[in-house]
Amino acid sequence: MSSEAPAQPFQGLASVRRFLSYTGGLTLLLGDATRYIVSMRFRFTEVIHQAYFLGVESAPIIILTSGFTGMVISLEAAAQAVAYGFSTLIGGSVAFGELRELGPILTGIVFAGRAGAAVTAQLGSMVVTEQVEALESMGVSPAKVLVAPRLLACVLTVPMLTIFADIVGVTAGFLMALIQVHLPGAIYWRSVQQTVIMSDFTKGLFKAAVFGLIVGLVACYEGLRARGGAEGVGKVTTHAVVTSIILIFAFNFLLSFLIF
Amino acid sequence: MLDEHVAGHREIVPDPPPGDIAIRLQCVELRYGPKIVLSDCSMDCQRGEITCVIGLSGAGKSTILRVINGLRHASRGHVFVNGDETTHLSDRKLNEIRRKMGFAFQYSALFDSLTVGENVAYPLWEHTELNPTEIRERVEKTLETLGLEGVDKRMPSELSGGMQKRVGFARAVVNDPEIILFDEPTTGLDPIMTHVITETIQNIQKRLKATCVVVSHDMPSVYRVADNIAMLFEGTIIENGPVQQIKASRNPIVQQFLEGSEDGPIPL
Ligand SMILES: Nc1ncnc2c1ncn2[C@@H]1O[C@H](COP(=O)(O)OP(=O)(O)OP(=O)(O)O)[C@@H](O)[C@H]1O
Ligand SMILES: [Mg+2]
Repeated sequence: MSSEAPAQPFQGLASVRRFLSYTGGLTLLLGDATRYIVSMRFRFTEVIHQAYFLGVESAPIIILTSGFTGMVISLEAAAQAVAYGFSTLIGGSVAFGELRELGPILTGIVFAGRAGAAVTAQLGSMVVTEQVEALESMGVSPAKVLVAPRLLACVLTVPMLTIFADIVGVTAGFLMALIQVHLPGAIYWRSVQQTVIMSDFTKGLFKAAVFGLIVGLVACYEGLRARGGAEGVGKVTTHAVVTSIILIFAFNFLLSFLIF
Repeated sequence: MLDEHVAGHREIVPDPPPGDIAIRLQCVELRYGPKIVLSDCSMDCQRGEITCVIGLSGAGKSTILRVINGLRHASRGHVFVNGDETTHLSDRKLNEIRRKMGFAFQYSALFDSLTVGENVAYPLWEHTELNPTEIRERVEKTLETLGLEGVDKRMPSELSGGMQKRVGFARAVVNDPEIILFDEPTTGLDPIMTHVITETIQNIQKRLKATCVVVSHDMPSVYRVADNIAMLFEGTIIENGPVQQIKASRNPIVQQFLEGSEDGPIPL
């Protein structure tokens, strides 16, 4: 017993150190990649290629999740609204929740699971098959040719997917209200217009861009950290998804607190 | 005993080589965690000559090439490449040096998302101002000399191991580097291809006056290409000199290795 007691502060210290070195590593990588992005020293075609690849991969899942979410909010709201005679509020409540919170956050999470995992697995396997070392050995920075385009692609793609999610979510909400309580379209859409303002939409997109940055950065960082074969790649991939989802929730709270 | 201990940890005074030495390792120590892979490893590579590094599997031969290229940093000692101390260089300076260096990896390390042609063209894209037609011509010519005509549209995964090896070789030499590092360029190749590769190394070296470091187990091809041989044993260069000197070495470890016999000081 007595021999275990002094170990605890050191364990605490070790995890603090791990946390600091992790955030430090993320920051350095972000700095490196940003340098190449702002000085335009990256292949733009690669960004388009990545954005297309990552966006197309995630789009179907995002459409499904946001469609179902829009429907379920509408379902709940419709039942309450009809009972209390507030059916003019259905459209507003769906759009408000979708644009400000659910659209960005669901897109971010799905993107982390689908695109983020793909990026980590790809970079991770490039590390363990020495492809990243081959790049470095030529004097080419992985931050420039691998990280910068992927990061930019993520930052651009998540807001675009979020627009999709918003549209699908609100429309699915309308369909649900129509089927469930036969709410006329005019009332639903007027309620949407009266409740949400443009900045709800743009702030939602800003959050989405931040989530894209989080997913891209964590995915690249974890991928480049992979060691020791296929097992190592699997480990960092799981880790990347879990870390980015936690960070998305944390930053969602922080951003909602700060900008709304 | 105490003196030895102190001497072991004293700073090693950097000793920059004269101009005819392209690469110098001076008392390099390299660790992976607690494991010491290279210790007190010193070696000179003459400019414009071919130095072969030989040694047992796991001796640290690939690690030496990585240290020369700056992919691994020595925990002690100094590395000079073309007169520059590379151990403490900034990434940008290091990358400048690396641009003039080719590295053919032991396991090829081809970019699996690019075609063979794109793989070989990669250093040209990144570091030269050549236009696409010139790049294509260069790539085709290089692939041709290695018996790989017509594969440039294929993906690396569609090639055999030996073909991948030659593509990696092509990628390392395509932009006419000043220094070329070959990690076991002939391992796993048939005798004819071994001959082709050996000859290509000699031709490149003659044409470019490049400094080559070749890691190899294959003694016949070592004897054919090498100007100098360095024998690595347990992380240290135990013998380094012209081919004749190595052949005549009295060191029992070198003798045993060259003869490939079971009896001798090398533990099996
Ligand atoms: N990334 C690494 N992490 C830990 N140890 C490593 C790593 N890379 C190499 N080693 C160790 O370093 C030693 C030297 O490895 P190296 O690859 O340089 O050997 P080698 O002489 O090239 O062998 P071979 O002829 O089999 O290719 C080995 O004992 C190996 O276990
Ligand atoms: Mg090796």
